[in-house]
Amino acid sequence: MSGPGSEEGTTGGGTTGHAPGATGPADRARTPDGHAPNGAPRQPGRTTSGTPDHAPEPAGPAADSAPGTSGTDRAVERRLHPVTPLRRAWAPVAVLVGWAVHDPDQAQRQLTRLTTTHLLIGLAVLIPAAALYGFLTWWFTHYAVTDTELRIRTGLLFRRTAHIRLERIQAIDVTQPLLARVAGVAKLKLDVIGTGKKDELAFLGADEARALRAELLARAAGFAPETAHEVGEAPARQLLRVPPGVLAVSLLLTGATWGTLLAAVVVPTLLWLATHNLWTVLATALPLVGAAGASSAGRFVGEYDWTVAESPDGLRIDHGLLDRAHETVPPGRVQTVRIVEPLLWRRRRWVRVELDVAGSSNSVLLPVAPREIAESVVARVLPGVTVPTELSRPPRRAARCRPLWWRGHGLAVTDAVFAARHGLLRRSLALVPHAKVQSVRLTQGPWRRALRLADVHVDTGANKTVAARLRDAGEAAELLRSQAERSRTGRRDAPPDRWMA
Amino acid sequence: METGSPDDTGTAGATEAAAPREAAGPSGPARREPVWTGLPPGLLRMRRLLLVVWLGLLAVAAGLLPALFLEPVWAALAFLPLALLGWGWVMLERNWRSWRYAERADDLLISRGVLWREETVVPYGRMQLVEVTSGPVERHFGLASVQLHTAAAATDATIPGLDPAEAERLRDRLTELGEARSAGL
Repeated sequence: MSGPGSEEGTTGGGTTGHAPGATGPADRARTPDGHAPNGAPRQPGRTTSGTPDHAPEPAGPAADSAPGTSGTDRAVERRLHPVTPLRRAWAPVAVLVGWAVHDPDQAQRQLTRLTTTHLLIGLAVLIPAAALYGFLTWWFTHYAVTDTELRIRTGLLFRRTAHIRLERIQAIDVTQPLLARVAGVAKLKLDVIGTGKKDELAFLGADEARALRAELLARAAGFAPETAHEVGEAPARQLLRVPPGVLAVSLLLTGATWGTLLAAVVVPTLLWLATHNLWTVLATALPLVGAAGASSAGRFVGEYDWTVAESPDGLRIDHGLLDRAHETVPPGRVQTVRIVEPLLWRRRRWVRVELDVAGSSNSVLLPVAPREIAESVVARVLPGVTVPTELSRPPRRAARCRPLWWRGHGLAVTDAVFAARHGLLRRSLALVPHAKVQSVRLTQGPWRRALRLADVHVDTGANKTVAARLRDAGEAAELLRSQAERSRTGRRDAPPDRWMA
Repeated sequence: METGSPDDTGTAGATEAAAPREAAGPSGPARREPVWTGLPPGLLRMRRLLLVVWLGLLAVAAGLLPALFLEPVWAALAFLPLALLGWGWVMLERNWRSWRYAERADDLLISRGVLWREETVVPYGRMQLVEVTSGPVERHFGLASVQLHTAAAATDATIPGLDPAEAERLRDRLTELGEARSAGL
């Protein structure tokens, strides 16, 4: 009924050849590819105000006599891509494998007793069971987009419905693991504060996922629900693309890469010399080699072809060699930006930029970029912010509190951001827009008090705390007061949640 | 709507605890110091009673058991919990005295700690929920604590040991102010 394949005909015919740009504001253009952004059939009761593509609508009701279209505000429920059961079907097999790994001796003994007939019977039971499980989970998972929320209904025995408020979206990710790319499907995940991993739509057809993302963003931006699924993808303007060569060099210049590699070589060798026990060596070497691989080759593959683009719907980040990920962070969702400068990158003036969005696990904005470009990107991410260059150091007596490292600390407060730096070798400058500050704290231990020093912590909604450490006590007290004031007033000029409204 | 302008609230049981701490206080332009409210003595009484009960039991046990099984000299061990009790008695008061809060026009200030001082400012608009809790022991002593939650988990804004009426007043006022100045993330 509501499988993606069946509607392709009805809506595909309805949207071909419409005049672009008739409904949306001037700065949003529709996708020229003519793909229907919403796979659902049109609802007959809806009024779409005088748009050119309204013309084929009368033909609609005949075609979409689906049961979901009865009420005007009742959203159409859709299912995930039919390929999904295959992914779920692995669960029983995984359980079996897990048991075998967990208890190898027992598994071995059982295996020797098996005959071909046993095996065949087992397979004959297991495969249909797995298929049934996969099919049922797929059959009982529905999602629907309403005017204000995305609903995900799952569960066969234990029913669960997630209602995700669209104006509270912090980020939308469309990811395609390697196998999903082969199958032409994608995962769509909405980052809302407090959502779990369950609240992702896996899998959708790749085109459908993009269309759904466009529609969700359009609705979240505040477009009228009638027009939301015709707005299409907002045009993106590429800001930066990281060349693979630069990425490779940057990873070669990272201490962590060499540290893990060194550990992977040295520790097993030493262990071999000490114990001459192959199993001990293997047991330590494998995780170490894995870590080394993840921190070098894994990062290269994950951060390959890193592209940052800007669109009216916010920031778009695309990356990955094998697994592709497309992240969208709507405007005004970034809570903290960190500019990290490892020691070995300093000569090349390269930096890494990380960002925190509430409820999201993504944290990298730019894996590597020249400082000037990174600063211009930061200025796009946090509008009206210039990265402060002059930071005030803690007073000299702070050296008695934290010898040498006190020089790494710095603080700058501009009209737009609270910026605090820490680290001596690997410098990290954190920027918090005043509007994103949730609370301000001043802490002072006995040793700091003796030296008339204090720390000021600024808490943000992404559960990150930025601290300006080792400030003069008087200055810190003044900073506490003024920062509370700034964070309160800073909110007034912040863009609304529905950024297009 | 000037910050720092103190409100007409916060008079109940106000201890005039150490006015401006830092010399840099009056440097702000036309900024009046907030009106601090201390905690009612009930909390101190409760904590002291708990201290006496637990350490008293410990002292009795330390005095009796070794004396019964070993030499009577070992009864001197009871002085250890007693010394701890004396020290705790003083410490509890110092800690209790250090707790204070101030409701300003736009934010709530909470200050606490003797050795490890901490001062928290939470703008009302950032409040996600206000919680009033009261355990069985607290209820017996007629106490309740108010806790503020913002979107940041690191925000630790709790005011313990309030009079239930005051706690409810504070909750209602904070909720009202939070609604009026709501800002979200």
